[in-house]
Amino acid sequence: MTAAATSVRPRSVGRFRLGTLERRNLKWGLLFISPWAFGFIALGVFPILYTFFLSLTRYTGFRSPTLIGFNNYTTMWNDPDFWKAAYNTLYYTVLAVPIGVVVAMLLAIAMNQKVREVAIYRAIFYLPSILPVFAISFVFVVLLNPGYGLVNLLLTSAGLPSPNWLGDPAYTKLALVMIAQLGAGQWALVFLAGLRGIPIELYESAEIDGAGAFRRFRSITLPLMTPVILYDIIIGLSFGLQVFTSAYILTGGATRGGAGPDNSLLTYVFYLYQQAFQFGAMGYAAALSVVLFLASVILAMAVFRWARGWVFYGGEEA
Amino acid sequence: MATTEAARPIAVATTPHRRTRWRQVFTGSVVPRVILILSCLVFLAPFYWMVVSALKTNTELAQFPPSLIPGAWAFNNFPDAINYIPFGLYTFNSLVITVGATIGAVLSNTLVAYGFSRIQWPGRNALFYLCVATIFLPYPVILVALFDIFGRLPSFGIQGAKSWVDTFLPLIVPAFFGNPFYIFLMRQFMLGIPKELSDAAKVDGASELQTFWRVILPLTRPAVIVVLILAAVAAWNEFLLPLLYLQSNDKYPLAVGLIFFTSEHDVSYNLLMAASTLIVLPVVIIFLVAQRFFIEGITVGGVKG
Repeated sequence: MTAAATSVRPRSVGRFRLGTLERRNLKWGLLFISPWAFGFIALGVFPILYTFFLSLTRYTGFRSPTLIGFNNYTTMWNDPDFWKAAYNTLYYTVLAVPIGVVVAMLLAIAMNQKVREVAIYRAIFYLPSILPVFAISFVFVVLLNPGYGLVNLLLTSAGLPSPNWLGDPAYTKLALVMIAQLGAGQWALVFLAGLRGIPIELYESAEIDGAGAFRRFRSITLPLMTPVILYDIIIGLSFGLQVFTSAYILTGGATRGGAGPDNSLLTYVFYLYQQAFQFGAMGYAAALSVVLFLASVILAMAVFRWARGWVFYGGEEA
Repeated sequence: MATTEAARPIAVATTPHRRTRWRQVFTGSVVPRVILILSCLVFLAPFYWMVVSALKTNTELAQFPPSLIPGAWAFNNFPDAINYIPFGLYTFNSLVITVGATIGAVLSNTLVAYGFSRIQWPGRNALFYLCVATIFLPYPVILVALFDIFGRLPSFGIQGAKSWVDTFLPLIVPAFFGNPFYIFLMRQFMLGIPKELSDAAKVDGASELQTFWRVILPLTRPAVIVVLILAAVAAWNEFLLPLLYLQSNDKYPLAVGLIFFTSEHDVSYNLLMAASTLIVLPVVIIFLVAQRFFIEGITVGGVKG
């Protein structure tokens, strides 16, 4: 992010000479950002505080909430479905995020070569990432069907086994990961912009020093791309933890009620949704929300901390 | 990387060099092309299968192995799909929500981005970082609380509901309070406009609002279009929120209406695919028309969240 450059006050003299101007600016500045500020408090801070409160209550959504202390949290600790949902979500995230980074990086590197018709590839990669996930998920129900799906047709004609993607708990989450990869084109473009920003002289001098293509990737491309990779990981983590639509649709969602074979598609937000809006356990769902909030903050902080060891900011200096 | 190799002029044609030249062409343009074309096929496959399945009859869809091209083109799946659910009504609902949310996004995000970029005030950057930091938080965390809050807000009879629940309001109104990603994107763009332009307008006696409206907003048009398109597509694609907030069948947008195709034991996947094709089509068309703005959204904002 390049915002830091603007934090320098353009003329520090104005601060002393024009106190009224500064006050005027503050008034107008706050006025202009007031829509966000109001939303941040009314639709962000307040709901989070309210969620904390509701998590300490028994509440169906109709009669007023009754305080029950930390009961929801102890229930959660002993709730196998909670653990299953947490496991499923982490499993999915741990699989989807690194795969997403690798796919985006490969596509970006391929697009960064001298190919004249790159605009066509760019469009084709990008398009699926803006299509509605619910529609793509419905398509995957058909695509992955062992009988009339394209995927197993290709697998069997290649002599490979033909898994029951949506019926076998070992494969259902792979289906979710596949759906997520259709969004990789977007990240490939972000990575491509990053690749284009690397000074070509670095590659030239490395080549003169006799570094091969792989070595140049390891020592130049990868380090300079680490800020973008970190950004992808952080956003991917947040999206991974909130995966819902694809899981909901792949299970048949509304009608069948379950969450896939052996609850293998019961993602965390899916479980939260079931508790709050199908079973009317709003208090319990609020406790689930609090845990999700804390987990995402802690995981993001852990990633940032871990990233200190490998993110390279040297080239970012403006 | 091979970019530098391919960019270098190759003139020498002696035998040892010819081999390296061939290798350069191979690694610099053949290999990437093969990778790119194969990946494009993978990315296009779902789209292809959707359209093909939409054009098969029920019996052909059930046959094994599946045909790659429909035997008898069942174009009547499209009218059948439209008649299977109240497609017109759902399209109308989707459009109302999309237009409302888009207006909100354009109005609020331009104003907020202006406040975060064109006026210098104490605490501005701290608040901006706070705003951007919220991009990382998973939205579902506040779903339960928001649902309860909206369930207590009076709707004054809008859409015949007692509260905001079962109206379009929870899907439209929050858009009027800005979106961190769009604010970020628009702010980056506004920072690129020379400060002198605002100063000149102020010297001419323009108020802050006039400077915003007459000077900065016209110059921000590309970013406004980016936000407009992204917000419209996001509202059209939204699934979880309408699923939560809308309870009457006649208020569903297309996203939720599609579920009716799977509501019986006998799912007619060809009709479902036909309806999906119709829902996806406007997004594809907008993309083809306005591709430049999507790509710009990525390069200006650095990232699309």
